[in-house]
Amino acid sequence: MSNLIPAVNLAVDPAELVKADRVHTSLYTDPALFDAELEKIFYSTWVWVAHESEVPEAGNYKTTYVGKQPVIVVRDRKKNINVLLNRCRHRGATVCEHKKGKTASFVCPYHGWGYALDGSLRGIPHPESYADCIDKAELPLVSLRVESYNGMIFATFKDDIEPLSDFLGAAKKWIDLFMKQGAGYGIKVPGEHRFRFPGNWKIQLENTTDAYHFPLVHKSFLSSVDEQTLELFDFVEGPGYVEDLGNGHSVMVMIPDLVDLEADLDKPIPERFESLAAELRDEGIEEQQVRRIVRAVGGSGFNLNLFPNVACSMAFFRVLQPISVTETEIHHSVITMDGGPAVANRYRLRLHEHFQGPMGFGTPDDSEAWERVQKGANAGEDQWIMLNRGLPGEKPSEDGLVSDVSAETGMRAAYQQWKKMMSA
Amino acid sequence: MNLQLLQEVTAFIWQEGDMLDHGEYDAWLNLWTDKGTYIIPINPKETDFENTLNYAYDDHHMRKLRVQRLIGGESISTSPQPRTVRSLSRFRVLIDDGMNLTVRCAQNIREFRKESLKHYTADLTYELVRHEGSFKIQRKLISLINSDDTLAGIGYIL
Repeated sequence: MSNLIPAVNLAVDPAELVKADRVHTSLYTDPALFDAELEKIFYSTWVWVAHESEVPEAGNYKTTYVGKQPVIVVRDRKKNINVLLNRCRHRGATVCEHKKGKTASFVCPYHGWGYALDGSLRGIPHPESYADCIDKAELPLVSLRVESYNGMIFATFKDDIEPLSDFLGAAKKWIDLFMKQGAGYGIKVPGEHRFRFPGNWKIQLENTTDAYHFPLVHKSFLSSVDEQTLELFDFVEGPGYVEDLGNGHSVMVMIPDLVDLEADLDKPIPERFESLAAELRDEGIEEQQVRRIVRAVGGSGFNLNLFPNVACSMAFFRVLQPISVTETEIHHSVITMDGGPAVANRYRLRLHEHFQGPMGFGTPDDSEAWERVQKGANAGEDQWIMLNRGLPGEKPSEDGLVSDVSAETGMRAAYQQWKKMMSA
Repeated sequence: MNLQLLQEVTAFIWQEGDMLDHGEYDAWLNLWTDKGTYIIPINPKETDFENTLNYAYDDHHMRKLRVQRLIGGESISTSPQPRTVRSLSRFRVLIDDGMNLTVRCAQNIREFRKESLKHYTADLTYELVRHEGSFKIQRKLISLINSDDTLAGIGYIL
């Protein structure tokens, strides 16, 4: 810990702030670094904006942010998905203030400029005064580059970066596995819990790949579940693992038996799902599909962390949005089976409410721990955040590096990507 | 207007609020019918709470677990426990069919914990069942006026 660097240099050379086994505390506290992160990370890579089920039909939209910039995610009449900056090209007002909805166009409330769902400028009230000094074709809502993978929609400001498919790389097969919790019906995102905590966004990023905290921080949650679930969540010394998947992405497999939800359908149905299975059978659903639903209903046995802002986390999407160097907004988007049996979807909704959100049995305790990290990080400005857990056992794997389930391998992966992007 | 009924339901709901502010959770759990539901929705316009995502959708079992979490000392977000004071007002009986009543009122709650004073305002809608000269709660619906905004952790019972 004698590896100190002068505080005056912290903001100027980000590469010095990330070591193989630790990162400098200023990554949580320096406003200049936060501004640089917006530019070099959030405005320079693929950022998750929506799941396609949130904009199912032409005219459906949601508003969100890429970094600090407000955007509209909207499906147009040709069924293409557009990600548009939410600012009128005239004098800058937002053209949409709703979280989600359905519309035929976006009309600026200030002077009435109207835009089509693909962002093109269609109408300017009282155009006479402009005579021939305006060309509507030159003033569409600014459109971001959009690509999607298996229902997950990403956008970027950069036309020259690699295709989304290359950026996701080895993470793609894990996305495919995650989507199996649709049990053949497909995935739907019908709602979310939104909350803020007074801390840096990377504290949350780390947490998604942190099995180490679970038995301690979530003790009150574990006290509230049945014996079988308790056993399932007793994974810190179990056979799970964390794998660095490249480009800052990582996967933490907590429950190896629940990696592939389509496998082992012949195994006995766990006791805690027996009443659900009986209800599904009563609805006339055939036995194989009952088993498929029941196996998928609790979600996947892993967290897939995608750098920088989204995770496929067991049974939900975790989305983070940086607000300031010391404030972060989190969305926990619930997942249901699109058109699946209501009784199974209710099970998923209640499961989400049990752990997530401001009144869940898990999220508030996570939030408290993160808040404490931010508070403590104000002490000792030359201190480092230690990330060396699981380093001795770390080995090369097919896709990168692998270590035990509570290793900090996923965090190291994210910070190496941070270092690469911040140094570019 | 049936002022005696208004006074009876007001006294009952004030008592419930006082129990929650003073941590009398066993007594609070006994105010409910067996099938009673405690609901905090997200979307202010939602009516199908069972089939949508809420902040809380507690049956009797979940209410007991929630109380245990608050008093069990295992949760860092509820130790120390928040202090709360709630004011309940603007009571109105919406429906009374002789056995069941629907009552709406306003709640303002102040929470203090760890250097931070917070304020939540909500419409409360109670479905009450007459029971041995008093009432039991069949449903308590807490409609926060900022339910569709971002919230922070709420480590107590609204």
